[in-house]
Amino acid sequence: MKYQVKPLPQVDLPELRTVGKPLRKVDAMGKAVGDTVYAGDYSMPRMLYGKVFRSNQSSARITRLDVSKARALTGVACVITGFDVPNARLVSDMPGQTGQKQRAGSDVPVLASEQVRFYGEPIALVAAETPEIADKALSLIEIDYEPLPGVYDPLEAMKPGAPIVTPPDNIVARWKIRKGDVESGFEQAELIVENTFRIPYQEHAYLEPEAGVAWIDERGAITIRVSTQVVEHFRTIARAVGVRQNKIHIQGTMVGGGFGGKEDITIEIYLALLAKHTARPVKMVYTREESFLAHAKRHPYIIKHRTGVKNNGLITASKIEMISDSGAYPYLSPYVLLYTTVMAPGPYRINNVQVDAISVATNNPYTSAFRGFGGPQACFAYEQQMDDIARQLDLDPLEVRKVNYLRTGDLTATGQVIESAAWLEETATRAMAALGEQTPDYGSVKIGQGFASYFQSYGRITWMHDTSQAWVGLELDGTVTIRAGVPDLGAGQANSLCQIAAEVLGVPLERVTIYTTDSALTPLSGTSTATRQLYMSGNAALMAATAVRNVLLNRASKYFEEDIEALDIADGKAFIKSDPSQTLDLVDLAKMCASEGMHLSNLALFKAPFTDPINPETGQGQVFPDFTFGSFAVEVAVDTETGEVTVLKAAACHDIGRAINRAAAEGQIIGGGMQGLGYGLMENLIVKDGVIKTPSLTEYLIPTSMDYPDIQAIILESGTGLGPFGAKGIGEPSLTPAAPAAASAIANALGVSIPEIPITPEKILAALERA
Amino acid sequence: MKPQMITLHINGRTHYVALNPNQTLLVALRDLGYTDVKCGCEKGDCGACAVFLNGVAVNSCLVLAGQADEGEILTAAGLGTSEHPHPLQTAFSDAGAIQCGYCTPGMIVSAKALLDHKPHPTDTEIRDAISGNLCRCTGYAQIIQAVQSAAEKMDAGGEG
Repeated sequence: MKYQVKPLPQVDLPELRTVGKPLRKVDAMGKAVGDTVYAGDYSMPRMLYGKVFRSNQSSARITRLDVSKARALTGVACVITGFDVPNARLVSDMPGQTGQKQRAGSDVPVLASEQVRFYGEPIALVAAETPEIADKALSLIEIDYEPLPGVYDPLEAMKPGAPIVTPPDNIVARWKIRKGDVESGFEQAELIVENTFRIPYQEHAYLEPEAGVAWIDERGAITIRVSTQVVEHFRTIARAVGVRQNKIHIQGTMVGGGFGGKEDITIEIYLALLAKHTARPVKMVYTREESFLAHAKRHPYIIKHRTGVKNNGLITASKIEMISDSGAYPYLSPYVLLYTTVMAPGPYRINNVQVDAISVATNNPYTSAFRGFGGPQACFAYEQQMDDIARQLDLDPLEVRKVNYLRTGDLTATGQVIESAAWLEETATRAMAALGEQTPDYGSVKIGQGFASYFQSYGRITWMHDTSQAWVGLELDGTVTIRAGVPDLGAGQANSLCQIAAEVLGVPLERVTIYTTDSALTPLSGTSTATRQLYMSGNAALMAATAVRNVLLNRASKYFEEDIEALDIADGKAFIKSDPSQTLDLVDLAKMCASEGMHLSNLALFKAPFTDPINPETGQGQVFPDFTFGSFAVEVAVDTETGEVTVLKAAACHDIGRAINRAAAEGQIIGGGMQGLGYGLMENLIVKDGVIKTPSLTEYLIPTSMDYPDIQAIILESGTGLGPFGAKGIGEPSLTPAAPAAASAIANALGVSIPEIPITPEKILAALERA
Repeated sequence: MKPQMITLHINGRTHYVALNPNQTLLVALRDLGYTDVKCGCEKGDCGACAVFLNGVAVNSCLVLAGQADEGEILTAAGLGTSEHPHPLQTAFSDAGAIQCGYCTPGMIVSAKALLDHKPHPTDTEIRDAISGNLCRCTGYAQIIQAVQSAAEKMDAGGEG
């Protein structure tokens, strides 16, 4: 074994009955037997089929758009262009943004009418009696373009005289960190290490392409049944469509994979417009190719690190420059850039930090949220940089990290105190230990092991003043109902709330039913993004269930003539802790409460910490509620003749605070790790002059069951998270360290590092040639 | 192309329907309400639309409805219900093998195709059997565990 496993501090977590158990998730069986109705499975009487007409130019002026032949086609109900809906715009500068100039006009037109800025930009909508007629109508739309100069490289886009994607200039967002004094930090250094890292696009490739159905209900409300991570988009849709907010009703379905790609508005805005214009139900389902064209990608970055270190590896200064390609429209680029900025120096205690980050507009596919939200790009760069520091100092990679790892009580680069456990060495040594002895080299095949550590926020930016609501009620037959607007992406978002309520109200999980994801009928729980649902809605469900429990215990206390503290509820019964044979069935207790007019339900609102925005000049202040910490280790075999990489072993160790459902937590760790390995080694979105050249699952390859071994999931539970029962978030953090760990293992095998992912055989052979 | 009358025996029920013979079996099944058959790519890349046609697992997006005339079709929903699930459906539910669930019906069809002729598969054989079914959520480990666990249960109970 390469490293001594660092012992864990003593943690005493209370024994729980339901929480933590790897129980069958409440949504699992419906999916296994095909009962779950996804967005594309739903139909309505007299339904029309919608299609989108898109630009086949990356940068051009529209000189003529004639939809008359399409409109005249029999079976076409309507064709909508930007001229029909001039006010339909999606605001992509989110409120709360600081340090930004107001980018007038950088919001997104729902339909382009004068100029197209990216290949695939929507120009017109069609609704027709059949999908075939809708396709035929698309082919009858006549359009002329006058090509405009485009810009496809963020470095070019920053130069004077570059084509401007949207005035006044191509700078979409800018963030800075100024902590300590980097110049004096570099003076103290005994070695300065400089590297430039390049990180590519990544495509979400969820199995379910975007889909939905919209109709106008008897209230006149536009009802949209859609696969989305955010039901709160009803507000933006109302503004864009020109109706009141209470006349847009989003019924979210089980999401067939999101990973951030269904965080921005997708087809729901087109469905709303078509339903409004036709007064008929309209269905829209993207093909795989259209899904590739239509939704955002993970941001490509260029990240430069300049690090000053002492001979023992202690970092004295860290200067980082980052450029991200936002594509043609900002969407969430300013926020993704903020995440990358805050996490840029890594989970290390550094007194002197300078970060300058810029997001740049180009005529490339637009970029926005993807699991990790800027964190994985930062992590690839800072962990490769740490490895290079170790190499140049001739120290072990763990030794260099150990002297710098953040600890509880330390300050991040933005001056935020780490309040929770920061188990970095603990996770790194366990992940590496799980790999076991290194396989020996054979023939032209070199073996290497490597690891990466990370920190990643969970919960939204604290100056966005995030809240979440959940409603929990006890029915008169002793069952429990939860109502919460949580979109379930398959990560167990809904199930976690059920396990929490089952724990608090002392009922088996099978007795809990949850109703979710309805913008009108379930209390708003906020977005299923930012690794926030367990933290936010989990706490709201815990609060609501606890309030109901208190009502029950109060009444039971009268019944038993005992103090509340002497009572507990489990297995559907209230009982005296010192004499568990004395019980009161929850059904009887519920009836007593109801007949006496006591409130057997509760609507709770949980608030994250509310802070002021950070100082835009220094980046100092609190940005996130808390962070998750962990490490990922990989063993690879690299064939030096062919450049082929085989992952032999992989292990991930994360402190998730507390597992709510152990099997679901492992699923996040393994699944996120697999997406990260794909990102590092295989996934290759090729974009040329703004055109995606790999718009299918034949060309853009994602990991299959044959590509990588099982990732060993090692769960640590410090109990120090801000979520229910001390939980932290793991949905996004699980992906972050995988790609840099794989890169580290390859560098360990070859003795030469490759500062650019995906690390393909071509790049390996080229690097070996150079070395 | 003119619609033709086609007979499809789906999950034990017979449908006599007019279909364009060049329509895919995937679209025909979904139009008939068998929406457990999922559409992920329409190119045979993802396996979400896998069904049994005359006992053989196929990607229904690569089969024309006309080719399936008089065929016996079995989809994941035909294997069991939530009250009486197939051992694979139980095992997938219990092993954490289901996240978003969109790949699950096709994955279960491929797993059953394996167990039908190989009741005691190795992990490698399971990986090979589901290699045409993409899953973007789970990282496959819990799916492989689920297939192993179903194989054990089916062996012990003589089910399937």
